[in-house]
Amino acid sequence: MQQTKRTLRRALPMLLLLAGVLLLSACGEQPMVLDPKGPIASDQKDLILISSLLCAVILFPVLGLTAYIVWKYREREGSTAAYEPHFSHSTKLELIWWGIPILIIIILAAVTARYTYALEPTKPIESEKKAITIQATSLDWKWLFTYPEQGIATVNYLQIPEDVPVKFELTSDAPMNSFWIPQLGGQMYTMSGMGMTLFLQADHEGRYYGSGANFSGEYFGDMKFFVDVKPQSQFDAWVQEVKASPEKLTNDSYEKLAEKGTSPVVLYSSFPEGLFQRIVTKYAPGGHAHGQHNEPTPQSKTDPVQQPLPDAKEDHTQGGSTGTDHSGHTGH
Amino acid sequence: MLDKIQEFASEFFVTGDPLILGAQVSIAIAMVAIVFVLTYFRKWVWLWREWLTTVDHKRIGIMYIICSILMLFRGGVDALLMRLQLAVPNAEFLHPEHYNQIFTTHGVIMILFMAMPLMFGLFNVIMPLQIGARDVAYPFLNALSFWLFFFGAMLFNVSFIIGGSPDAGWLAYPPLSGLEHSPGVGQNFYIWGIQISGIGSLATGINFIVTILKMRAPGMTLMKMPMFTWSVFSSCIIIIFAFPILTVTLALLFLDRFLGAHFFTLDGGGNPMMYINLIWMWGHPEVYIVILPAFGIFSEIVATFSKKTLFGYKSMVFAMLIISVLSFFTWVHHFFTMGSGADVNVFFAITTMAIAIPTGAKVFNWLFTMYRGRIKFTTPMLWTIAFIPCFVIGGMTGVLLSVAPADFQFHNSYFLIAHFHQVLIGGVAFGYFAGLYYWWPKMFGFKLNEHLGKWAFWLWNIGFYVCFMPQYFLGLDGMTRRVSTYDFDMGWGSLNMVSTVGGFLMGIGFIFQVWQIAYSIKHHEKDVTGDPWDGRTLEWSIPSPAPVYNFAVTPHVEHVDDWWETKQKRAAAGAAKEPRPVYEPIHMPKNSAIPFVKSALWFFVGFGFVWDWMWMAIPALIGVGICMLARSFTYDDDYYIQVDEIERTEAALRGVKA
Amino acid sequence: MAQAHAAAKGGHGHHDHGHHDLESMKTFGFWLFLITDCILFGTLFATYIVLRGNTNGGPTPEELFQMPMILAETFILLTSSFTSGLAVLAMHQGKVKQLIGWLIVTALLGASFIGLEIYEFVHMVHEGATISTSAFLSGFFALVGTHGLHVSLGLVWMIGLMIQLRRRGITPVTKRKVEVLSLYWHFLDVVWIFVLTVVYLMGVM
Repeated sequence: MQQTKRTLRRALPMLLLLAGVLLLSACGEQPMVLDPKGPIASDQKDLILISSLLCAVILFPVLGLTAYIVWKYREREGSTAAYEPHFSHSTKLELIWWGIPILIIIILAAVTARYTYALEPTKPIESEKKAITIQATSLDWKWLFTYPEQGIATVNYLQIPEDVPVKFELTSDAPMNSFWIPQLGGQMYTMSGMGMTLFLQADHEGRYYGSGANFSGEYFGDMKFFVDVKPQSQFDAWVQEVKASPEKLTNDSYEKLAEKGTSPVVLYSSFPEGLFQRIVTKYAPGGHAHGQHNEPTPQSKTDPVQQPLPDAKEDHTQGGSTGTDHSGHTGH
Repeated sequence: MLDKIQEFASEFFVTGDPLILGAQVSIAIAMVAIVFVLTYFRKWVWLWREWLTTVDHKRIGIMYIICSILMLFRGGVDALLMRLQLAVPNAEFLHPEHYNQIFTTHGVIMILFMAMPLMFGLFNVIMPLQIGARDVAYPFLNALSFWLFFFGAMLFNVSFIIGGSPDAGWLAYPPLSGLEHSPGVGQNFYIWGIQISGIGSLATGINFIVTILKMRAPGMTLMKMPMFTWSVFSSCIIIIFAFPILTVTLALLFLDRFLGAHFFTLDGGGNPMMYINLIWMWGHPEVYIVILPAFGIFSEIVATFSKKTLFGYKSMVFAMLIISVLSFFTWVHHFFTMGSGADVNVFFAITTMAIAIPTGAKVFNWLFTMYRGRIKFTTPMLWTIAFIPCFVIGGMTGVLLSVAPADFQFHNSYFLIAHFHQVLIGGVAFGYFAGLYYWWPKMFGFKLNEHLGKWAFWLWNIGFYVCFMPQYFLGLDGMTRRVSTYDFDMGWGSLNMVSTVGGFLMGIGFIFQVWQIAYSIKHHEKDVTGDPWDGRTLEWSIPSPAPVYNFAVTPHVEHVDDWWETKQKRAAAGAAKEPRPVYEPIHMPKNSAIPFVKSALWFFVGFGFVWDWMWMAIPALIGVGICMLARSFTYDDDYYIQVDEIERTEAALRGVKA
Repeated sequence: MAQAHAAAKGGHGHHDHGHHDLESMKTFGFWLFLITDCILFGTLFATYIVLRGNTNGGPTPEELFQMPMILAETFILLTSSFTSGLAVLAMHQGKVKQLIGWLIVTALLGASFIGLEIYEFVHMVHEGATISTSAFLSGFFALVGTHGLHVSLGLVWMIGLMIQLRRRGITPVTKRKVEVLSLYWHFLDVVWIFVLTVVYLMGVM
C-alpha cells in the first residue's frame, strides 16, 4: 500500500504534465502563446519550445533517477541493494553533474543571446509593406489607441491590417502597465514620461485578445481589448467608417477619459494634434524640450524622462506614413 | 463633537465589509479570551519572565515559529479567498479593491512574515546547537530582532481592521504606491511594518554570521560545519548585503509620501524605475535568503534518513556560496520588458540561467546521498523526497523564464505565478516543514504523530500539483496575474476551478498539520534519548528539549558528522562507560525587558507616522532613544550557572537514560 | 557565550578572561554593521547620482552650494576624526582624563559640524530649495541628511560613553566601546569625503 502510494506520488508530476499536454492537444485549441498568429509570437514560440527541450534533457533523467534511487535504496527487510555509508565523494560523478548543466546552459545562453538581439522589440520587422504606427496609452483603467497616420482614435479596441508590420508606440498616463497581445508577440511596459517601441505583425485575419498585463490599481482587470486583423482594404474601409463617426476626441474629452474609471469601446473620428507627444513629455521640464533626440530606442534603465521621445518627425521617418496623416499627426 | 468622533472612527476603522466585520469581531473575542486565560491561570508573570523578556535563543526561536504558523494561517486564508474569487468566471465574491488588498497582503505576509520568521525560528533553535554553542553571539540583539519582527508584523496586520490594507502589490511599485494613486494609510502601514521588521532581520544577519565565525566548538573548522549551518551562513551573508537596500528604498518611498520628495514620483524629476531596480536588488536576493536554509535542511535530513554521509560536502558548500554571490546579479530578470535593451537583457538572462548550475549540482548530490543508502520514509524525509521533483520542475520553468525574449510572453502571467509558487512552496515551504518535523523533538522533547503527518503531507503534495500545474497553462493562455475576475468567453474557467480545488486541498493539509500538533501535544510519547532519529550532528548529542545552557561541557569536534562518529566509536568500544564529565560554571546572559519595550515603542513610532500623528511618533522615538541609552548603561547583564546546578539539571535530564 | 572563550582556549580558559573575547567579538560584529551601513550609503549615493541632473527647473547645485562653508565643515569633521584618534591613544596609555578630554573636543567639533549643516539646510529651505522642490534636492537631503543623522547619533552615544568612562574608568567593556565609537567616527569621516566629492565638488564643477 505504502509503496504503491510512493510510486504514484513520484509519477504524479509527470502524469500531470502528460495530462496537461493531452489536454492541450485534445481540446484542439492551443493556449494563446503556443498558437501564434504573427512572426514575433511565432519566433517566441519556437524559442519556448527550444528552451523547453533543452530543459527536458535534464528534467526527465533527473526525475527518472530520483524514482529509481528512492525505490531501490528504500529500507526494507532483506534488501539486497548495496549499502555504503561512507560513499560521499566522487570527482568523476561531480564532474558529470557540474559539466552537463554547464554545457546545456552554454547552449541555452547562446540561443537566448541570438534571439534577444533578433527579437529586440524596437527592431523593425522586415516586410515589403510599410509599417503603420499606432500609439497606445494606458490610462486608469482603459487603453487609448491613436492612429497618427489615419487620424482616428479608439478606446479598448484595435484594428490592424493583415501582413503589415505595426509599430506600437507605448506610453502611460497612469501607473505603469504592460501592453500584451499574446498571439502577436510578447509584452512591453507602458510607463509615464517614456515612449517605448514595440513592433508586431499579424499574419492571419482574426480576432485576438489583448490586455494590460501589469497591475495598475483597482479596475486594472478591465483593461482588456480585442484586436481585429483585417485585409488592408477592409481596414481602410473601417478607417473611413470611423472617420465618419460623430464622436471626436478633444483635449477636454481626453481629460475626462483619463480620469479613473473603466470604459466601453469608443471610436473617435479625430484626436488633438500631438496628443501622444504631450502625454509622453508631460513630466519633462519645459515640455517638448527633448525633441531633438531621434533615436528609435527610447530606453534606458536609469534616465527615462530625459530619453528621446518619439516625436512627430519620427513618425514620418520610422512609421512611413503615406500621406494619409490627418488631424492626429503633428505637421511639419 | 459626536460627529467628529464618528467621522474619525469611520476613517480609522475599516468598515462596511461583512468579511472584515467578522474578522474584527473574532479578533476582539480572541483578545478577550487570551487576557482571560492569562489572568485566570495567573500566567502574566510567567509570560513576562519566561518569554517576553527571554534572551534564550531556543525560546526566541519557538516564538518565531509560533508567529510564523499564525501568519501562515492568515496568508493561507488570503490565498483561499483569492482562489474562491477566481474559481468561476465573472465572480462577484470579492470587490476588486478588496481583492487587490488580499493579494498584496498575501504576498507580503507569506514572504516577510511567514517564510522569514519560520527561517529565523529554525536558525535560532538549531544552529547554535549544531555548532556546540551556548547561545548566539549577541543574545540581547537577538531578542530585539525578534520583537522588532513581531511588532512590525503586528503593525502590518493591524491595517486589516484599522485604516485599510495596502493594495499596490507586494513590492508596491510607484507611482501606484505613491501618494497620488494610493492616498490612504495602507501604504504607510506597508512601509513601516516592513521597515521595522526588516531592521530586525538585518540585525539577525549580523548576529548569526558572528555566531558562526566566532562561536564554534573547538575543533569544528569551517569545513566541518553541518550543512544547515553553512546554509545559515550563506543566507545571512545575503541578508547583510541586501537588507540595507530595502531599508533605503522604503525610507525613500516614505519621504515621497510624507514630505513630498521626488524620488519615485513622475513629476519633479523623480524616477519610478529606480524604485523597481532598487526593490528587486533586495527582492531577488531575498528569495535566495529563504531558499538556501531549506537546502541546508534537506541536506541534514537526507543524510540522516539515508544513514549515509552527505555526498559531495565541498561542492555543496561551494554551490551555496556561488548562489549567494550570483543572487545579486540577476535582479533585472524581473523586468526584461522594461526595455533596457538587448545587451542588458542578455547579461541578466545568462546570470540567471547560471544559477541553475550550482542548484542542479546540489540536487545530484542529494540524490547520490540516497544512492547506496538505506532510505527511511519518515515525515521529514517524505517532504525532502517530494521536494526534489517539485523543485526540479520549478527550477526548469525558472530557466524558461530567464530566456529573455520568451519572458516577454511569460511575464506577468499565471505561468510566472505557477513558477514562483512551485519554488517557494516546493522549495521553501516543503523545506521548512521538513525542518520543523525533523527538529520538533529537539524543541519540545517529543515527535509529532507520523500518521497524521503523512495525511498532511499527501494533501499538501497532491493539492500543490492540482493547484499550480493548471496555472502554467492558464499563463500560456494569456491569463495575467492579479486580475480579480475574467470573462466566461476566455475559457479559463475549468482550469481555474481545478486550481481552486487544489488550493483547498492544501488548506485541508494545513488543518491536518494543526490537528497533528494538537494531537501530539496530548498523546505524545516522551523522547528520553535526545536523539530520536539517530541523528548525525551535535544538536542530537544533548537532551531534548535542550537545557538553558545547551551543552554542559563544550564538545570537542573532530569530524563532519561528529555525533554520528562518536556513536560509532562508543558502539565499537562496547559498554565501556564514558568518563564522568567535569563541569565548570557557565557564563550566561541575563533576561532583559528592553527588547520588548523598545520594539513596542517602535510600533508606536510606526503607527504615529502612518497616521501623521507626531504627538505619538516623536515621544515614542524619544522612548526608543532612552531604551538605547538604558541598554548602554546596563553593565549587570550576565550571570554564572554554578556547577551544582548544572549537575542537578543534567541528572534530571539524563537520569532516565542512565 | 562562554565557549567563545572556551573555543579560543581549547576549553581550559579562566573565566576572568571571558570578557576579553566577548568584547573582541562585539567589535567584530560592529565591523559587519559598518558593511551594512556602507551599503546603505552606497544606495543613497546611487539614487543621488541618478537624480542629480533632475533639477525640475529649480535651483542647480552651482547655485546652491556655498563651498567655503562646506570646506569648513570638512575641516572640522576631519579634525574631529583626528582628535577621536588621540582619544584612543590616550586610552591605550590608560589616561582616563585625557581620554575624556579628547572625547569632549571631538564631540564639540562634531556638534559644530552639525550646527553648520543645520544652518546650511535652513538657509537652503529659506531660498526655496526644499526636499520637495526637485528630485535632485530630494536626493541631496536624503544623502547628506542621513550622514548628519549618523553624526548626531554618534554625538549622543559619545556623551553617554563619557559618563560611563567617568563612572567606571577604563575597563575591557568601556575600552571596547571607545574603540567601536572611534571606528564609527572614522567611518563617518570617510563617508563625508565621498559626500564632499560626489555631492559638492562634482556639483559645482
